[in-house]
Amino acid sequence: MRIGTLALAALGTAALAAPAAAQVSDNVVKIGILNDQSGVYADFGGKWSYDAARMAVEDFGGTVLGKPVQVVTADHQNKPDIASNIARQWYDTEQVDAIMELTTSSVALAVQGVSKEKKRINIVTGAATTDLTGKQCSPYGFHWAYDTRSLAVGTGGAMVAQGGDSWFFLTADYAFGYSLESETGNYVKSKGGRVLGSVRHPLSATDYSSFLLQAQSSGAKVIGMANAGLDTSNAIKQAAEFGIVQGGQRLAALLFTLSEVNGLGLQSAQGLVLTEGWYWDQSDENRAFAARFEKRNNGRKPNMIHVGTYSAVSQYLKAIQKAGTDQTEAVAKALHEMPVQDVFAKNGKVLPNGRMAYDMYLFEVKKPSESKGPWDLYKQLAKVPGDEAFAKPAESGCPLVQ
Amino acid sequence: MTMIFGVALPALLGQLLLGLINGSFYAMLSLGLAVIFGLLRVINFAHGAQYMLGAFAAFLLLERTGIGYWAALLVAPLIVGVVAVVIERTMLRRLYGLDPLYGLLLTFGIALVLEGLFREWYGTSGKPYAAPPELVGATNLGFMVLPIYRGWVVAASLVVCIATWLLIEKTRLGTYLRAATENAALVESFGVNVPMLLTLTYGLGAALAALAGVLAAPIQQVSPLMGSNLIIVVFAVVVVGGMGSIMGAIVTGYTLGIFEGLTKVFYPEASNIVIFVIMALVLLVRPAGLFGRGA
Repeated sequence: MRIGTLALAALGTAALAAPAAAQVSDNVVKIGILNDQSGVYADFGGKWSYDAARMAVEDFGGTVLGKPVQVVTADHQNKPDIASNIARQWYDTEQVDAIMELTTSSVALAVQGVSKEKKRINIVTGAATTDLTGKQCSPYGFHWAYDTRSLAVGTGGAMVAQGGDSWFFLTADYAFGYSLESETGNYVKSKGGRVLGSVRHPLSATDYSSFLLQAQSSGAKVIGMANAGLDTSNAIKQAAEFGIVQGGQRLAALLFTLSEVNGLGLQSAQGLVLTEGWYWDQSDENRAFAARFEKRNNGRKPNMIHVGTYSAVSQYLKAIQKAGTDQTEAVAKALHEMPVQDVFAKNGKVLPNGRMAYDMYLFEVKKPSESKGPWDLYKQLAKVPGDEAFAKPAESGCPLVQ
Repeated sequence: MTMIFGVALPALLGQLLLGLINGSFYAMLSLGLAVIFGLLRVINFAHGAQYMLGAFAAFLLLERTGIGYWAALLVAPLIVGVVAVVIERTMLRRLYGLDPLYGLLLTFGIALVLEGLFREWYGTSGKPYAAPPELVGATNLGFMVLPIYRGWVVAASLVVCIATWLLIEKTRLGTYLRAATENAALVESFGVNVPMLLTLTYGLGAALAALAGVLAAPIQQVSPLMGSNLIIVVFAVVVVGGMGSIMGAIVTGYTLGIFEGLTKVFYPEASNIVIFVIMALVLLVRPAGLFGRGA
């Protein structure tokens, strides 16, 4: 009899628990923000992305389907092996449901591999390579914010349109640099331009003068910097020393955001043309968001990576709400179906290869005399419509859409 | 045009000169490390952080007090030297009798704390610092455009290296220092204040690092990461030159800078490992380094 009661009680508990378990696994939705928090890209994304993710959760109300939402974070030090270990640990033992941000292409590709194997969702905002939604796409992998193709179309296109038809590349020696160099090179060639050569430098090199001198003697009209973060800042600063711009060559900082322009200062950065997906001074909505962000982060305005991470987290929570569960397949389906309509993107849509396509913008960095305050850094030149900025799924090389 | 292995001679000369400029930084930094190791037997892992502190001191002096580059060349090393003296007096000195590993761990910890603090305060994308107006511009040498500031760096570092070498090899103070490394107890018995000598030596080594940091500030972004990116290379320079050998550090610094410069022309991808390959080869043939005494 006693055993019977126990069994009944157990059955009853199971029956009560079952619907809840089907909705939200482990009774908590946990989002992991994995990025570089101490190296060359720590201002590009870094702990500011973590805060943007927490902001998104707070704005969503802190719960989804009645269960709490938590954000955890870790520093992957730009090393794919460290990142994969953290991802496995998060998925296997710490009930993390999705990993986001993932600055650094080599890291993002590695973690997307782990996520695919574990059937979990990852949304990349910090990394650039188009392979994430191309050759190495995943049914559960999404790419927000930007990619090498949109930078090539935006900045590369603008340079060629202004007569910059011969290029020499200064390329960071890893997956991201190669991807950015080849996307931009191909785009330049498709518009009738030529690529005269390239030189590859190690990540976080301190001196670029040798490489710049090679670029200078190539005679190319445009020196395309296929690197990012502190590396690009140092290369631009040293190019000024060697009189490269005065000599008539133009610099194309292919991946350069508000954070780096702020660090470099307008004196060295003025006149640079760059592509970003978001700028704080574009609308009242953006200004209000930036003001809230700034208040929490020692007066720092967010760039497209930070606001992109906010958008990715918000959309993920909306997708769970829509699907009525945090089960991976259902959430991925909802993410593919829902338009993205928030402070970051207007009418953004998720393509079948996982790419979120939305309008990006071409900006020029202001002269010191034009700037009215510490973060008044950009003039908007043009809009790069989403269907031009991003590759068509059929052309992306993603096996899922062949 | 004369070609060497498919590279035009003028381009090669330009790269050699750039290598020499980078070698100036290696020489100045490895010099400080060698002085500290030679006299204190401490492997100063905080050297990169002290270099970074020098650059930040220059930046903050300009931003907060309006003190410019030329004054910062004196004031910033002085500030960092004083910080180093405090570190030596309060912490490092307790570890002298122990295994050198303890000193290494302490200084490594100090470096992590300092870099972490500056990362928290200033972020990693760095702060701009302009060269003084007198040194802005470039001069055409025929085979390359040489920024005047880079020429100044080579000259300044040569003067600093030679002055330090003279101080240690040719002056009375230097004689005390060298004698104290051989036999501290004996030198003390002659009435020389050995603990004070050691404190000053650590301060001097750190001040040299800070001076290199001020010299680097107009070339690079002033960033919390600037030291950690450089320090590993500088350790390799010291090992190749021979731990504790001052002349070895100077000569090796310039030479390896040139080797690295050449690698950037012929095989750029290997430019960040060429110094370590040379280090491995030297250690195989001469375990005490090129200028080191004994084996």
